[in-house]
This record gives sequence, structure tokens and C-alpha cells, in this order.
Amino acid sequence: MNTVKLVAVFAENRPGQAARVTGILARADINIRCITVASSGTFGVMKLLVNDPAAACQALKTEGFSATLMDVIAVEMADQPGALHSVADCLAAHDINLANTSGFVANNRAVLVIEVQDPAQAGDVLKEHGFHILTQKEALSV
Amino acid sequence: MFWHQESETLARPALEALQLKRLRDTVQRLERVPFYRAKFQQSGFKPEQIKSADDVRRLPFTTAADLRENYPDGLLAVPREEVLRLHTSSGTTGKPKALFFSRRDVDNAAELIARALCMTGVTRRDVFQNMMSYGLFTGGLVMHYGAEKVGCMVIPAGPGTSERQLLLMQDFRTTVIHILPSYALYFADFLEKKGVDARKSLALRKAFVGAEPHTEETRRNIEAALGIDVYNSYGLTEMNGPGVAFECEGKCGMHLWEDNYVLEIINPATGEPVEDGKTGELVLTSINREAMPLLRYRTRDLTSIIPGPCACERTHRRIHRITGRSDDMLIVRGVNIFPQQIERVLMAMPQIGRNYVIQIEGLDDLTVKVELSSSGFDGEVGHLTELQNQVAEKLRAEIWIRPKVELLASGSLPVAEGKAKRVIDKRSL
Repeated sequence: MNTVKLVAVFAENRPGQAARVTGILARADINIRCITVASSGTFGVMKLLVNDPAAACQALKTEGFSATLMDVIAVEMADQPGALHSVADCLAAHDINLANTSGFVANNRAVLVIEVQDPAQAGDVLKEHGFHILTQKEALSV
Repeated sequence: MFWHQESETLARPALEALQLKRLRDTVQRLERVPFYRAKFQQSGFKPEQIKSADDVRRLPFTTAADLRENYPDGLLAVPREEVLRLHTSSGTTGKPKALFFSRRDVDNAAELIARALCMTGVTRRDVFQNMMSYGLFTGGLVMHYGAEKVGCMVIPAGPGTSERQLLLMQDFRTTVIHILPSYALYFADFLEKKGVDARKSLALRKAFVGAEPHTEETRRNIEAALGIDVYNSYGLTEMNGPGVAFECEGKCGMHLWEDNYVLEIINPATGEPVEDGKTGELVLTSINREAMPLLRYRTRDLTSIIPGPCACERTHRRIHRITGRSDDMLIVRGVNIFPQQIERVLMAMPQIGRNYVIQIEGLDDLTVKVELSSSGFDGEVGHLTELQNQVAEKLRAEIWIRPKVELLASGSLPVAEGKAKRVIDKRSL
């Protein structure tokens, strides 16, 4: 199953933390395609889709950040009303819970990035229903 | 291994006879010091009353306040020209406490360190990197002289600049370090971040830690992280600095050199002795110092005597690791808390790092700040919230108060060059 690697980084919930993370990635010549921030009280987790996840993760660790790589699935959808619904509906029909989800649209293509407990299973289900699951390379070249 | 087997295994009656002789000599010496002469007169004490080492109880106490009030040299017991060295104890407020050493005191302090190093197997083939602060603090120089006496190659590295410490360890194949436990924890983190496996690329065998009360969990944590044996030690500037009591290979309490110190454990409130095995305040009389012996010095450190003989055959009794300083006790919402209780809980949790800060502010609001360890992160916010609750819950079970737990990024808490400042009390009392 095609999965995509996201870089997850732990950061304190205070001004300047996102700037530190993005500064480190900029110096390491990493391009960010998509970012989400989930915060909970005094801390938060930033998740980034980047062109070189391993290098990004190492650059952050070297600067003392807690960072890790996570496997997620990236589904390509049509950029039109009802497209997201069809993906959600398909997963719901198979009792698959969506954890963290984000998406982006570029060059008239829409990509949904979803975290599920079992990426392989969710990927198979979506594939059976005719959805295209992007490889890391494809997700980055959208 | 013994440095001086005869002294270290002296039969109790002979040891007590030696204590009595030295105690008498010390009292005689102190009659020349106006401070003690006045104290003797006030309490009606006569030197003839000392008939056994236990009669130390007839002597007046000496407190930290006495040292401060008699600063700089009111307690000096020899002419100034006989003094070879001065050390001071870091006073967090006001004047420091000054301690003088004669030539014999310098040599004798080194002798006690040599015993301690030797008893865990340190030899002249060892390379000893002293990562304690040099200067007025006794932890640097006193230990240095002791390691030289054993014949180790001593690297006077001092604390801090972990990059340089690592370079020295690699280039000179350091086998033994002397380090603050808080710095050892930090240094282990530093190595982890650098990707250096101490077991594979360093020659370290042993660490002597001291100068900060710490827990058994901290010892195990350092041992596991660096793959070495860690030995606890006890000392205080007023009693020579390091070398008062050290662990033998058994790591089962610290042998206190009773031919140099008369040991008492008292109830801090009443001044009465407590029985062996019960925790109380350690009170020490230095009976083998020339320049500035002290009678019944109130260390404010809490410990207990470990009853029974030790397998190593040393006859000098053992004290338990310091469970806290009576000064360190925090009273939060009416509950007595020792920082060591909090440390014990934190050190047993691998998901959080080794540095921490305890903060109290406002109306007794207790916050424990911890860092996320590199192994404690899987990208899930939910797991982090759970971890935070877990820390708070474990602390509640230990100290009966549920503190606020702040989970911080690794490396965000301050690292002290000297003794770590773990408690920040912002309450205006």
C-alpha cells in the first residue's frame, strides 16, 4: 500500500515555536507542502508534509526537537462539491475512524491526507472504491 | 580493595578509643577559640566530662548561622600562617561560610578520598576526569588531591561544555568521572542526542556522584544511560567537602569515616538522639582537623544509620543516602514534600526526560515542569495528554497533591553549571 510520511514535531504552545521549526527546515533547504498544528494546553504537535521527511526529521532532532515520522495515506480527490463526502462515506461504510485529517488543493488537484489506525486496510478499501492513493513522490509533485 | 586496611577495618573498641582520644584533643584545641570557650562556659561544660565518644552529646551544637556570624575567621583554631587553603560554601543568601585547611588538613582530606576511590576499585591506572567546579567549591580541588593521591591521571575538566568533556573522554580514555548527578543526567542526554553510545565508544567504568541529594532511581538512570557503576558520596564544605562518607562496592549505604568524624543522628526538633535505622538530622564533629574543627555541626541533612556490619568488612558505620535537607522540605497546601519524592517518580518514567523543575506560586499552586524524552513521542497529541495525566497521577500517589504538569520540549529547561536549581518557590512568605 502506498503511504506518505509526515514529520511530526513536538513544540511548546507559545509564540516563536513555529518560527523555530520552520527556520530549521528552511536552513536545511526543506520544502513544506502542507502543515497542520494541533495544540492541547501548553503544547502542540505540528505535522508537515515535506519533500525530504528523513532529512527534515533529523534536522529537527539535531536542534533538540522531539520529532518522528508517521505513515499516513494521501488520497487524490476531484476538486468539486461532494468529493470529500465520497471518501468519508466510503470509510464510514467500512467502520474506519478518521483521526487527524487535513488537505490541500494545488494545480486543480485536491489531496486529502488522513491518519487512520491501519493505513493498509484503509488504503485497500479506498482503492477498491476506485480512489487513487498517492505515493510519496506523487503527493509531493501535485 | 583497601587504601589503608588497618584504619578502615579497625575493630570497634579500638575505633571508639581513637575517637575518644581525638575528640579530647579537638576539644582542647577549641578551648583556644573564643567562640567555643564562651559556649563551654555558658553551658557549664568541662573537658574532663568527656569519658567516651558518646559524651560528645555534652558538647554544644554548632550551626550554619554560627559560621556566618563568625565569618570570616572567628572559628579559626590555628595561627593564620598555618593555614594553607580556604574554601567557602555557597551561601544562597548573605555571607558564605568559610572553612580553613592546614597542611595536614589538606593531606588528610585527600587521604579520605583515596580510601573512598580505592574501595570501589579505582587504581593508579585509572584516568579520572573531575567534572566538578574548581575554585572555592570543595568538590573540585579536594577530590582532585584525593585522586592524585591514589595515583590516577587526573583531568581537571571542571563542569560544563559537554562537547569538550566528551572530547577529553574520547582522547584520553577517561575511566572514572566525578560529577554532579544533575549534570550526569544532562550529559547522558547530550550523548544520546549526539548519537554517542558510551558503552561502545568511551572507556568509562565508574562515576562518583555527590554534592546534591538524589534518589536511587537517578543512580540507576545514570548507570543505565552510560553503562557504568555509579557510587554515591556525601560531604559538606564544613567537614572538608567530599570524602565524609562514600559507598563501597556493595552500594548499600555510605561508610562514614568515624576515625575522622563523630556521627550522631538526632531529632531536629528536640536535639535528642534517634535510634539506629530511624531518620533524623545528621550531626558531625570533625575530630581530625587542625585549622577549623567543628563540634556537633548541624548538617540539616536527613539520613539514618544502617544497622549491622557491611560485607566489605569496614567497621565504619554506614548512613543511608540523604533523603533530603531539612531546609529543602516544601510545605504545599499543608503537606510536607521533599523534592526527592518528585524526582523518584519522574526518574522511573522513560517517556520523560531527566531534567525537571518544581515551581510553587500564588496560593500554593504546585507545577512540575518536565521534558518529553526522545522516546516519548509518537506524533499523537492524545498520547501526550495521557502522559501528562499519568505523570500528575503518579505524583499524586506519592505526595498526596495532584500538581499541574507541564510537558516541555527536550532541552527547554535550564541546565545549571553548578548545583541544579530544581525548586522555584515564588510564594511571598
